[in-house]
Amino acid sequence: MHELSLVTSIVETVTETLAALPGSSRGARVLEVRLRVGALASVIPESLEFCWGIVSEGTPLEGSRLVVNVLPVVVHCAPCGLDSELEGVQSFRCPRCGELCGEIRQGRELEIDSIEIDDGEVSE
Amino acid sequence: MTTRIVELRRGILKKNDELAAGLRASYATAGVLVLNLVSSPGTGKTAFLERTLRELKARGSRVAALVGDLETDNDARRLAASGAPVRQINTHGICHLDAEMIGKHLDGWPEVALSGLDYLFIENVGNLVCPSSYDLGEKIRVVLLSVTEGEDKPLKYPTLFNSADAAVITKMDIAEPCGFDRELALKNINEIRPGIRIFETSAKTGAGMEEWLAYLAEARAGQS
Repeated sequence: MHELSLVTSIVETVTETLAALPGSSRGARVLEVRLRVGALASVIPESLEFCWGIVSEGTPLEGSRLVVNVLPVVVHCAPCGLDSELEGVQSFRCPRCGELCGEIRQGRELEIDSIEIDDGEVSE
Repeated sequence: MTTRIVELRRGILKKNDELAAGLRASYATAGVLVLNLVSSPGTGKTAFLERTLRELKARGSRVAALVGDLETDNDARRLAASGAPVRQINTHGICHLDAEMIGKHLDGWPEVALSGLDYLFIENVGNLVCPSSYDLGEKIRVVLLSVTEGEDKPLKYPTLFNSADAAVITKMDIAEPCGFDRELALKNINEIRPGIRIFETSAKTGAGMEEWLAYLAEARAGQS
C-alpha cells in the first residue's frame, strides 16, 4: 500500500549515500540495489519493482536493478531453546514441538542491504 | 568501468524510526502512557475510544487524543464530546500516520502539554496493512477487531496482529445475531500473536471496559 513512499525513501537514501561516498565521482551510477525484506514486513516486492523505474528516473539510480531478498520468519521456541524458520505467517508455532512462540527473531526487516555502483570516470 | 559493492545495512524507514525514538523518549520523560489504536475502517475505534476517554476522565485521569483520517474532522468532533482535548490529523490520502505527523501535531497544540497528561491515545487511519510499519513511539499498540468482521481477520492480516501488544474485540453486544464464533476468534488471535491480552468489549453497554481500564492503569503504573 505504501510502496511508493518506501521506494522514494530508498532512492533518496541511496542518492545521499552515493554523493557522500569516498572515491566516487559525480558521474557515479547505481547498477543494483539489494533489499532485505522480512515476510512480516507487509511489503509486496512486485509493487516495489513497479514504482522503481518511475521514482529512479533522473537520479543516479536510473536504469538500476532492484533485488528484493525476502526473509522467512524465524521464531524462538522457549521450551526447545531453538530458533526455527516458519513456512508461512499463518501460525507462529514451533515446527518441532508445536508450541506457540511469541518471540520473533527474524521477519520484520525492511532494509537496504547493499548497492552495486559504477564509480564512473575518476578525474586525475 | 569500475564497479564495486557497498554495504549499507540501513533501515528503509530509518527516518521514521529515529523520529519515533525521539517521541518515545519525550513520552517517557513526561510520564504519559501512549497507545496507538489500529483497525479496519468501521471496527468502532472511535466509539471505543470515546467511551475510554469518558471513563478515564470520570476517574480523574488526564487524557487527550490524536485522531487520523484521510479527510474530515468528524471523528475529532465525536471524540470531543467526551470533554477531552482532541486533535484531528488529516493525512490527505496517506494510508497511515507516521512519527513526523505526530510530532508536528503535538508541537502545535497549545491546550495540551505532554507533561500534563496521564494517557495519550492515537487513533490511526482505518487500515490493517500500512500502519504496522510506522512506529509512532507508542508504548502499546492496540489492534481492534469487531464481531462483524469475520474471525479470520488475524490470519488475513498477520503482520499487524503480530505487531500488537493488546487486542480489543468490539461490538460484543451484537455478537450473537452476527453469529460470531468467539472461540475461533480468540484462537486465531492467539495463533498469530501468542499470549496477547484480549479484551471483549462493547462501547454501547460498557461490557469489558472495567478490565480494559484496569489494564491501562496497570500499564501506566508499570511505566513510571
